[in-house]
Amino acid sequence: MNIIPLFVALPLAVAFIIPMLSRKFKWFPDIAGNITTLILAGMSFSVIGKTGIYSMGAWEAPIGIVMVLDGLSVLLLIAVNVIAFASTLFSVNYMDRYTSKLRYYSLFLLMVAGMNGVVLSGDLFNLYVFLEIASVASYALVGFGCEHEEIEASFKYLVLGTVASAFILLGIGITYGSIGSLNMAQVSEQISLSGMNNALLFAVALFIMGFGLKAALVPFHAWLPDAHPSAPAPISSMLSGVLIKALGIYTLARILFNVIGVTDTILNILMVLGAVSMVIGVLLALGQWDFKRLLAYHSISQVGYIILGIGLGTPLGILGGLFHLINHSVFKSLLFLNAGAIEYSTGTRQLDELGGMKEKMPVTGGTSLVASMSIAGIPPFNGFWSKLIIIAACIQAGRPVFAALAVFASILTLASFLKVQKYAFFDKLKDKWKDIEEVPVLMRLSMVLLALLCIVMCVLLLPLLNTGLFDNIDILGPAVDALMKGTAYAVRVLG
Amino acid sequence: MTGMTLIVKRIARCVKSFIFLYGIYITLYGHLTPGGGFAGGVIIACSFILLILAFGKEKALERISKSLASELDSIGALMFLFIALLGILIGGSFFINFIQKNNPGQDFHLFSAGTIILSNIAIAIKVGSSLFMVFVIFAVLRVVKKGDKFEMIQTEMRDEE
Repeated sequence: MNIIPLFVALPLAVAFIIPMLSRKFKWFPDIAGNITTLILAGMSFSVIGKTGIYSMGAWEAPIGIVMVLDGLSVLLLIAVNVIAFASTLFSVNYMDRYTSKLRYYSLFLLMVAGMNGVVLSGDLFNLYVFLEIASVASYALVGFGCEHEEIEASFKYLVLGTVASAFILLGIGITYGSIGSLNMAQVSEQISLSGMNNALLFAVALFIMGFGLKAALVPFHAWLPDAHPSAPAPISSMLSGVLIKALGIYTLARILFNVIGVTDTILNILMVLGAVSMVIGVLLALGQWDFKRLLAYHSISQVGYIILGIGLGTPLGILGGLFHLINHSVFKSLLFLNAGAIEYSTGTRQLDELGGMKEKMPVTGGTSLVASMSIAGIPPFNGFWSKLIIIAACIQAGRPVFAALAVFASILTLASFLKVQKYAFFDKLKDKWKDIEEVPVLMRLSMVLLALLCIVMCVLLLPLLNTGLFDNIDILGPAVDALMKGTAYAVRVLG
Repeated sequence: MTGMTLIVKRIARCVKSFIFLYGIYITLYGHLTPGGGFAGGVIIACSFILLILAFGKEKALERISKSLASELDSIGALMFLFIALLGILIGGSFFINFIQKNNPGQDFHLFSAGTIILSNIAIAIKVGSSLFMVFVIFAVLRVVKKGDKFEMIQTEMRDEE
């Protein structure tokens, strides 16, 4: 049996079973949520190295709706479902403080279903529908605490997210108007036959604006520093870890590289957007004292790295960008979970009020050290390798200015995380934190899991070096291939 | 006396069942005439929304409680997904129209087009109950002012759990 549709069907089914059964069984949401995300993570590992096209209802493309599994989708599926599992594991204890677990898990699984749908969809309109499922669920989850500040952030996110969706829908409409098809492969085939026209160029601009807003690239980033810190910690880790990547970066890369076909102009726009986000994000982060808000600004900066890498358009650049994508999803999720753990124990996330947490919370302290070193790019953690590749790719492509900016942003990132470590974990323990305790075991487990991933993820590079080691986990190679082959996507899908 | 004037109440009482019936018709004939599950569901929800407008939300909630609407919401979605998954079990492909394949009905009759009619019913249940819930939440939100924030909604929601 082909498991591609189950990536969407399974979380969707559980999302609707939970509200029905949870009124009778109070333990049901936790168990169902965790088992579902665990199964999804297992399923995403089982499709490594596979490709496939699934026709819904046995209607062949381009008439029917297809789901396309290729290297890039596999990379994103693994990122989404592994982080989703870590977040649900963290939620079991953390979400006890909020009112309604059944709504939480239901919305969470809807968001996962939406993201899995986005990365598997082979049809522009279906992509939009799944994108809306994931976005609408995330609007509700950002405001889940129902405090004044959270509702305000959620509303801001809702308005800007809807503007982005409107841009995307308009872009899809214009594409449909000038091509007459919504199937991504057929659109791509038609564009390579008849060339671009002005309407399509306008659609490209709309896509860059819309998906750029979803990815929080710098001119469009205003919603992120409010929305991500306001959400409950496991949701922040999902939003920063994978949502902006599945809805923003993946869709941008897929449509520009595989459907429209990249030109030098588009690549230049991507590189400039990436470099600007990278530098401005980290500059804004430096002055922050709220732990989660600081992390949110770093998300903008790190997304800049990914877009810069992908925008170089060379195999090495795309490899660096995609590797940084999966690395960032791991360490940024971990950092948000750390922030959540500190908030769980102390009730605050202001860095200047904390201090000496390392003594009282050794697991949180240790894992946050690993994540901070990863995001700052200290060897041998995973962030170092991907930043190194991106910088090397900039030099190789003859763009030393971008390489210098990447190094500059990396140094500032290190400075910013040294501040986090000093104020939150290493300083003297304050008197008022004498009685705090380490978080419960499931929360520790999920943080340790992600910290281990930070350390071992550099093995993903080994299959690319022809060493013969770990060839069965070659995730990055096919993903780079999928983007580098560009509009040959059409031939692969339509046959 | 809660709700609107006698005239509105009388008329609402007269037309509500016809609106409901029309919603069912639109749903069941969705594969033959314009309409379908979504439009039918909206019309079915309208018959209850009319009750809220004319008599106040208590009267409507007597007929269909919030927990029942919420269950129906889940049931509709699950029915739709179940039809799609049955496609894998029987026809070998997600969303395949397995009934049409095995015994195609006579064209332009009520029992034709296979799983489409079942999917329409599922969508009507889902859309009808969701829209009803949305309107009930609006009816609650009306009285929320600055200051007493969201406590009111939260207490209402807690009752239902």
